[in-house]
Amino acid sequence: MAKLNINGTVRDVAVEPDTPLLWVIREHVGLTGTKYGCGVAQCGACSVHINDEVQRSCSIAVGDVKPTDMIVTIEGLWVGSSHPVQKAWAAVDVPQCGYCQSGQIMAAAALLKKTPRPTDGDIDAAMTNICRCGTYQRIRQAVHLAADAGTTGRRAQGG
Amino acid sequence: MQSVVIAKRTKLSRRDFIVGSAAVAGGGLALGMNVPFGIRPAQAQGAATEVNIWVAIKPDDTCVIRVARSEMGQGTLTGLAQLVAEELECDWNKVTTEGITPARNLASKRAWGEMGTGGSRGIRTSEDYVRRGGAAARVMLLQAAAEQWNVPAGDLAVSDGVITHAASKRSIRYGEIAAAAAKLTPPDPKSIKLKDPKSWKIAGQPLKRLDTADKLDGSKVFAIDLKLPGMLNAAIKDCPVFGGKLKSYDESKIAGMPGVKKVVRVKDTAVAVVADTWWRARKALDALPIVWDEGPNASQSSATIAGMLQDGLNASATNGDRRNGDAPKAIAEAATKIEAVYATPFLAHACMEVMNCTVKLSADRAEAWVPTQNLEASLAALSETSGIPLDKCEVHRIDLGGGFGRRGGTQDFVHQAVEIAKAFPDVPVKLIWSREEDQAHDFYRPISQCKLSAGLDAGGNLVGLHVRVSGQSINAMLNPKGILDGKDMRQLQGYSATPGDAQLGYSVPNLLIEYAMRNTHVPVGPWRGVNTNQNGVYMECFMDEVAKAAGKDPLEFRRALMKDFPKHLAVLNAAAEKGDWGKPLPAGVHRGIAQFMGYGSYSAATAEVSVSAQGKLKIHRMVLALNCGHAVNPGQIAAQVEGSVAYGLSATLYGEMPVENGRMTSLNFDSYEILRLAEMPKVETVVVPTYDFWGGVGEPTICVVAPAVLNAIFAATGKPVRSLPLKNVKLT
Repeated sequence: MAKLNINGTVRDVAVEPDTPLLWVIREHVGLTGTKYGCGVAQCGACSVHINDEVQRSCSIAVGDVKPTDMIVTIEGLWVGSSHPVQKAWAAVDVPQCGYCQSGQIMAAAALLKKTPRPTDGDIDAAMTNICRCGTYQRIRQAVHLAADAGTTGRRAQGG
Repeated sequence: MQSVVIAKRTKLSRRDFIVGSAAVAGGGLALGMNVPFGIRPAQAQGAATEVNIWVAIKPDDTCVIRVARSEMGQGTLTGLAQLVAEELECDWNKVTTEGITPARNLASKRAWGEMGTGGSRGIRTSEDYVRRGGAAARVMLLQAAAEQWNVPAGDLAVSDGVITHAASKRSIRYGEIAAAAAKLTPPDPKSIKLKDPKSWKIAGQPLKRLDTADKLDGSKVFAIDLKLPGMLNAAIKDCPVFGGKLKSYDESKIAGMPGVKKVVRVKDTAVAVVADTWWRARKALDALPIVWDEGPNASQSSATIAGMLQDGLNASATNGDRRNGDAPKAIAEAATKIEAVYATPFLAHACMEVMNCTVKLSADRAEAWVPTQNLEASLAALSETSGIPLDKCEVHRIDLGGGFGRRGGTQDFVHQAVEIAKAFPDVPVKLIWSREEDQAHDFYRPISQCKLSAGLDAGGNLVGLHVRVSGQSINAMLNPKGILDGKDMRQLQGYSATPGDAQLGYSVPNLLIEYAMRNTHVPVGPWRGVNTNQNGVYMECFMDEVAKAAGKDPLEFRRALMKDFPKHLAVLNAAAEKGDWGKPLPAGVHRGIAQFMGYGSYSAATAEVSVSAQGKLKIHRMVLALNCGHAVNPGQIAAQVEGSVAYGLSATLYGEMPVENGRMTSLNFDSYEILRLAEMPKVETVVVPTYDFWGGVGEPTICVVAPAVLNAIFAATGKPVRSLPLKNVKLT
């Protein structure tokens, strides 16, 4: 049994403590926007925010998550799905297949929270998620666009 | 806090209800499921009237455009909708799409044509009939308005889905006249004159994709995300040695593990664990003691395979060739001879969404949810393995999390999922492969080596070229009928003498290009760009070696051979011009160039790279030129070109699937490395359509990526790179 705060809702989940947080989010909580890509923290498709830090949920055992940890998934990133990063992604037409984009958006949102005006070097260092369709050029463009747009707006989540 | 709860509730309610075009498709869906809904669901209000098989129109003027091909990120859905909408003359802002299922196509005697989505064919082989479909619908809508107003149809004008009669100042919207139009006899599609692309307003424009919104907030449902009432989950292990078998497993060792329902033997090579959740199934599978009968292939390795290929480089018998003149003689008598052996490895596709398939079998009904590039092949696989007749089977459409050729004809994961579902009648079972299984059981890009010999006369002119490719055949694995009289020209893709699809763009007075088939025990298949990848590296990198031996600029050397190939040459020139060929570069930066043809389109690229004193490579900028005939959406073409650079560079820098003890050893992204954003060069796309043919887009440009980069490295270091990936090559 684990007590989790996901997108502002606290819930009890009946699950073995060694279950990766990713699979708890997907299979027990039912939020499937967070994706399985590799299971070994290489690709970032499973990226979520935990206490404002971007984390690869496939490699975090749910037993190691504290009830006070604030977990945010792509579904809880912003009211109305209009986070500046999401808007920039739409404006630049970033996604191709879209499978990795939840993770890319979560990584970008975390970057901009810490570094509102990232340089290309900052983007290189922070945006390490794999995209097999190869949307990297547009991701870089969209991160800059989101930075230009600023991060003002109504947050869904305090964190 | 409060706001997030509202947001989540809103999302769940969207997800839980019957939405959008799914309902139009007759696919009424139960609550509690999260099956994918159509594009722009909010617009899908009211029942649509089918004007013809390609177009249905709702009272609110929403135009539902039917799409038969699969969408896996390549943008075909948007492009096809643009082509229909262009001829339909509807309002693009009111366009939505509806996917045709294979059972529906079959029941309609394949009215929607071929559904397979590979070979960069999605648009180029359906453009004619989808445009005629849109145009026929327009004609019917105009005719209906003309009859209602009792005026000649020729006196009417239409724009953005509004028909007007100037003389009487009357107008009517498509949504108002669609029902009347649907009752008319459709015109003969062949009688319709299609628009000149010069007058295109919707097609030809860099419009945004129609299918982006739900990729931004996690609400898009991929097959791996599917939730169905009572659904179970399966994890699978196939014998790690290709051709090996499952001997035994000890089920008692996982007895009592949480959630486990059953262990299922899958044919004679694999075992699956079925549980309530996938993670529990996988955990139990990892704990299950399994004994494999690895068979004789366990002795195979990268070294034994390399030996097979080397043998093929010099063997007397071949499996197809093209020739003019006498290349070996011309080379033997040449003033200067150049020879090189190149090699490229097996590669995995590594789609971000791993292979998966959900199947529900009942006594007289079989359903599958498959991320597939070939819906009809999935339907056939479902029927074949379930034993349920085709007309009682259905494959539900779900967009793919990447395809790249992996999810086409083989349908191996569908056969497995059906086998597993047989153990659970009336229960949907979702099979998901682990990343490790996905890497271990791909149909890999075929391995090959290539020996090239060239002869130059005293003036540095190419007088003879001999190319011998030795490697594995995709046709031998997947399409034996493609091999005629022992000849398999598919493995010489890009070297063809025949215009149209994959023609070599050089004239050489004495030319011999041969293929020696050497099939390993490793399964192979199409991989984005297929054999143009390897053959492009061989031809284009060797061209630079020969140009250097001739003391000539690589671009000028090529141009001299391309006088008979104006389209190839024009694209090469476009890349050279936009790539600033011949212009000064910053200190330490060097350029490379390459051109090649595949999928009916002409491609060329320049690359700018630097190599540090320590041998570290940086790729700064690439310019890619493409003539795909018709440019249906230049923005999406650029996206595909950018993507082909990323996919091609992953292969160039890192991609290899070594074989040890008969099995693959690079089973995840820690060993099978993929290009990351930091390594992505600036990519500039130059689309130069000539509008006199229809070529592909998704695959053509990848074949020039590696050779342009390798030629730039050659320019930087003076040493040719003859084997991939670069991670194994010292550049100092």
